[in-house]
Amino acid sequence: MAEGATTIHAEIGAAVWKIAAPAGTVVAEEEPVVILESMKMEIPVLAPHSGTVLELLVEEGQQVEEGQPLATLRR
Amino acid sequence: MLGPVLIANRGEVAARIARTCRRLGIESIAVFSEADAAALHVEAADRAEPIGPAHPRESYLSIFALLEAARRSGARMVHPGYGFLSERTEFAEACASAGLVFVGPSPAAIRAMGGKAEARALAEKAGLPCLPGDPGADQSDEALEAAAARVGFPVMIKAIGGGGGRGMRLVASPEGFAAALAAARREAAIFGDDRVMLERAVPSARHIEVQILADAHGTVLHLGERDCTLQRRHQKLVEECPAPGMSPALREELGRRACTLARAVGYVGAGTVEFIAEAPLHPDRVWFMEMNTRLQVEHPVTEMVTGLDIVEWQLRVAAGEALPFRQEDIAWGGHAVEARLCAEDPSRNFLPSPGRLALLRLPAEAEGLRVDSGIREGDALSPFYDSMLAKVIAHAPTREAALEKLAAALDGCVAEGVRLNAAFLAAALRAPEMREARMDTRFLEAARKRLLDSLAKEPALP
Repeated sequence: MAEGATTIHAEIGAAVWKIAAPAGTVVAEEEPVVILESMKMEIPVLAPHSGTVLELLVEEGQQVEEGQPLATLRR
Repeated sequence: MLGPVLIANRGEVAARIARTCRRLGIESIAVFSEADAAALHVEAADRAEPIGPAHPRESYLSIFALLEAARRSGARMVHPGYGFLSERTEFAEACASAGLVFVGPSPAAIRAMGGKAEARALAEKAGLPCLPGDPGADQSDEALEAAAARVGFPVMIKAIGGGGGRGMRLVASPEGFAAALAAARREAAIFGDDRVMLERAVPSARHIEVQILADAHGTVLHLGERDCTLQRRHQKLVEECPAPGMSPALREELGRRACTLARAVGYVGAGTVEFIAEAPLHPDRVWFMEMNTRLQVEHPVTEMVTGLDIVEWQLRVAAGEALPFRQEDIAWGGHAVEARLCAEDPSRNFLPSPGRLALLRLPAEAEGLRVDSGIREGDALSPFYDSMLAKVIAHAPTREAALEKLAAALDGCVAEGVRLNAAFLAAALRAPEMREARMDTRFLEAARKRLLDSLAKEPALP
C-alpha cells in the first residue's frame, strides 16, 4: 500500500451494491466511495477524509465480510 | 365474488393479509422464495406457491414468476402488499391482462402519483397547498440557482428519481447552494438519474398523512390521519393515530384535501396522502408531499382507532363492492401507537443486522395490544430482505396510556443472534419530546446517543 494511504473497511457483512468512486476519483470528505447493500438498505461507505481513490479491492455484486478492506484512499 | 387471493409479498404484511382472508373465509395463497419455504407467512396462508431464488429480483420482484404462481394456483385476485411490486404500473397492468383482479388502484392512478414532480403538479392543480418549489425543468446550474432564490431558503435539493432520502441535501443559505447541488447530483447519479428538483425546507417538520378509502361507485372518504414523525434515514419507525395536536376542524380540512386529490386521479381502493407540517398544526402550515397508492406499513394504528379492517375493504372494493358507510359514519376512538421492530443496531447508526434469530420473545397479543409479525424464533434473516420483522401496536383511551402500553410491551421483546431496536424505541416513546409531542422528523437521529445512554443506565430486562 502506498505510504500515507488510508484503507476503508466494510462495517457490516453485505453485498457490494455499487462502486461510487472508481480508482482515480477525487472525493471530498464524507463522500461515498463504495455503497454496500444489506436488508434492502444501501449503506454508503464514506471517505474519512478528502483525497484520491487509489485502488478498489472489491467488485460490484461481491459479498464482503465485516471488517473487509474495500478501497484505499490517498490524502 | 371474493378470492382466491394470491398474496404477492412476504413477511409480516403477507401474514397480516392472510389473517383477514381467513376471517372472511376467503382462500389465500402465499408465495415464497427458496429462502422462505418455511417462513411464517407461508404457514399463515391456506396454500403456497414457490416463485424462485432468494434474490428478490428473481422472486418477489418477478412479474412473470408471480403471474405463473397465480395461474397454477387458480387465484382470481392479487394483493401486492407494500414495497416490492405494489406501486409498479406494469404489475397492475400485467395482472389485468392475465384476467386477475389487482387489489389496488388503476394503473393510470399508480402512474399519476408515481413521479414526485408529476404528483406535485397534479396536487397543485387540484388546489392542495404545496411548499414553494421548482420541478427542475431546466437542469443548468444557473437556472437551478435562480430557482433556489425564487423558492427561498432553507431549500431542499431532491433527486427526481430518488426515494428514501437518496440525493437529498438541505441548503441553509445561497452561499452553500453550488457545492450542495454538485454533491446531490453526484449522489443522485449513483442511482441512475442525476436530475434534481427543489423544495422549500421545513426546519422542524412533522410527517402527517391521511388514509383514504374509495370505491368504484364514486364514494371517496378518509379514515383520519396518522403522525409518522419518528424516522431514521427518512424511514418511519413509530406511527400514531390521531396526530397529537390535531383539531377536528383540521382533520376535516386535511381529509377534504386528500379526498380531492383522490377524486382528481380517479382513485379506487385504499391509499395515503402524505403531508409535511410545522407545529403548532394549522391549515396554513400543512403542505402536500406525495401519495402512496397502496397499503401502508402503519395502517394498523388507523384500524385500531376506527375499528375498520383496511385490508378487508381493499378486497371488497377490488371485487366491485360499494362501501356501505359514509364519511359521517367514521369515528375515532382512543389513541393507537405502532413501533416497527427491525433487525438493526441503533448504537451503530441503525446498521442492519442480518443473521439467525437464536432466541425471540415478542409480546403476546391482548386487549389493546396487536402484534403483526412475519418471523419466529429460529428463522434466518436474509440480507436480501427488509430488516423490518414485526410491528407492535398499542391502543388505549389516551395518548399517554398508549405510549406507555407500547413501551412496556417493547420492554418484553428479547432477541438473540441479531440486534433488535425494541429497547431503543421504548426509550424514544418515553422521551420528554415524545410525551410532550415536541418531536420533529430529526428527533430520533438527533437524540440517538442520549436515548442509548438512558438505556445503558437502566440494565436491560433479562
